[in-house]
Amino acid sequence: MNRTVLDLWVGLFVIAGVGALLFLALKVGSMSTVNSTDSYEVVADFQNIGGLKPRAPVKSAGVVVGRVADIRFDNGKYEAVVTLRLDKRYAFPKDTSASIMTSGLLGEQYVGLEPGGDSVMLKNKDRILITQDAVVLENLIGQFLYGKAQEGKAQEGVPK
Amino acid sequence: MLKQAIENLGNRTIQGVWRIGFAARFFVAILLHSATAFRRFGLTIREMYFTGVLSLIIILVSGLFVGMVLGLQGYETLQRYGSESALGTLVALSLVRELGPVLAGLLFASRAGSAITAEIGLMKATEQLSAMEMMAIDPIARVVAPRFWAGVISMPLLAALFSALGVFGGYLVGVRLIGVDEGTFWSQMQGAVDFEQDILNGVIKSVVFGVAVTTIALFEGYDAPPTAEGVSGATTRTVVTSSLVVLALDFVLTAFMFRGLN
Repeated sequence: MNRTVLDLWVGLFVIAGVGALLFLALKVGSMSTVNSTDSYEVVADFQNIGGLKPRAPVKSAGVVVGRVADIRFDNGKYEAVVTLRLDKRYAFPKDTSASIMTSGLLGEQYVGLEPGGDSVMLKNKDRILITQDAVVLENLIGQFLYGKAQEGKAQEGVPK
Repeated sequence: MLKQAIENLGNRTIQGVWRIGFAARFFVAILLHSATAFRRFGLTIREMYFTGVLSLIIILVSGLFVGMVLGLQGYETLQRYGSESALGTLVALSLVRELGPVLAGLLFASRAGSAITAEIGLMKATEQLSAMEMMAIDPIARVVAPRFWAGVISMPLLAALFSALGVFGGYLVGVRLIGVDEGTFWSQMQGAVDFEQDILNGVIKSVVFGVAVTTIALFEGYDAPPTAEGVSGATTRTVVTSSLVVLALDFVLTAFMFRGLN
């Protein structure tokens, strides 16, 4: 086969292959949240994080504003230390509260941010002070049963 | 009778070890003689036409149909749990992580690997390789190394095309045919597919498969007995061995790459 025709076909093949890779990177994957240069980190302590995992989304008003970067255990306070990497485009007041929530009934867990009213904004390496733990189903059922039992006792105590 | 059986077993073991050793030395020889393949890049481009461009049709069509079937079957199962919105995630993750590299590797082995083995085996049978040596041309540098690098470069590109066409096929069936919401399809997919963890690992897999398949194909061709029967046997062995190696390597790579996730 003619050399130039051959070169042309191989060139087209390489362009198509690289194009497919770009399509996968930009349209299928999310390169935008990988970038760590336009982000800042804040830390939040939780007594129980439930099933939260690294790379879980951080949402505010339902919009993804960052990701969970790291989860560690603080052996001094016996608490979970969660590092959140937030997008630099979004700033939150200093008294923002963080809570661990579940999307849907069986969905993945994410960190929800509820902005406060402070005029000072959170900076890199700041700490979120108001946190709310994950809801553990066993505790919830335990509380419910305990409440039911108390109710029953109270009714028994009422004279007829 | 028993002595015969034990002798057979011993002979096979020695043969097997000898072949593995020969294949390893052959692989090192290819790497050491690769300079020509890059200095005269025209040789490699010529081989890329035969291994890459001519494999395009089968890769593109298979990718499209695999994606479409994933769309149909995935929807069928997911809608039972009311989570059709996860269809994009299902299609993209299974293609990018596993099906793209593995199926492209299997197709590459049967389409390009068998052709490489038959070509080199026949070159050896008709003593073209010996003739080259007589002319002081190193057949490994001139014939084998360009084919090796062509296969290693083509394989990730083919796997990426397979995955991209597969995602498009899943989109066609899921969104266009069944009517899953388009925005949910793409946004759920983008939320779940990570560039480093998923796409880059898929590319690494396909490079490894490319190295494995082309090495096996070249080795079987180079080692084939110089008869019509020998070449046909070597071609069959290329397809069988490289398919098994692709599947086994995939398990090992997956165990290393995705064990820490989730």
